[in-house]
Amino acid sequence: MRIVLSRRQALFCGFGVAAAAGMKLSVPAFAAENDHRDMIMAFTGGKEPEKGRVMLDLPEIAENGNTVPMNLMVESPMTEDDYVTDVLVVADGNPNAGVATFHFSPLSGSAEANTRIRLASTQNVIAVAKMSDGSVFMDTKEVKVTIGGCGG
Amino acid sequence: MSTPRPRIRLDRNEISKGETIEVKTLISHTMESGQRRDRDGKPIPRKIINHFSCEFEGQTVFACDVEPAISANPYFQFRVKPDRSGTLTFKWIDDDGTEITATEEVIVN
Repeated sequence: MRIVLSRRQALFCGFGVAAAAGMKLSVPAFAAENDHRDMIMAFTGGKEPEKGRVMLDLPEIAENGNTVPMNLMVESPMTEDDYVTDVLVVADGNPNAGVATFHFSPLSGSAEANTRIRLASTQNVIAVAKMSDGSVFMDTKEVKVTIGGCGG
Repeated sequence: MSTPRPRIRLDRNEISKGETIEVKTLISHTMESGQRRDRDGKPIPRKIINHFSCEFEGQTVFACDVEPAISANPYFQFRVKPDRSGTLTFKWIDDDGTEITATEEVIVN
């Protein structure tokens, strides 16, 4: 039965119980088995992102994983010739790695975004920014989650 | 549930050329992740806002592909730098195809 479920449909809290138990016990820095690496590579076209220029701001400890404030900022002049095109945000310990993909334009004036995200457990959040010249940069933040965003 | 009414706040409507406006948007939505089960153990189907965009006079300024990992009542804060006076159009797209739109006028001196 489980085999016919797509990743998207994979359970958060049911099938997740076993996975989540495993995640909580394992080293947080390498908490998860989801496809966040594949997503990053698909996003960058196989290029390994460099650290820098991206500033990902998240609380060190999140009491409630259902709503964790996230601020994202990428250093860029945001002109017609040099701007941030897209930013991919993934979480390595959620049942689905994807969190959001932001699309910017020179009309944004500044590559900044703020939203609230769900985190199932203590894990790393990774932001990868793609520039108009094709270069890619990243930032990683570990968030310790007290109550997971299982929504159950 | 009736169509959710979005809330939009600009830090100001009138700017000089070259300045940016901070935009805050919020929309009521449960953002059902598709991961939860009901009391009988049946999965509750996913129903989220899967896309948000902000256009200025037909040109996309900011957009976001949204995954279930975005919290209920999705909130987005970002900046816009319009080069002339015009209309900002905000659009939220639900998994069921519903589109919710709202507009704000800006004046550039």
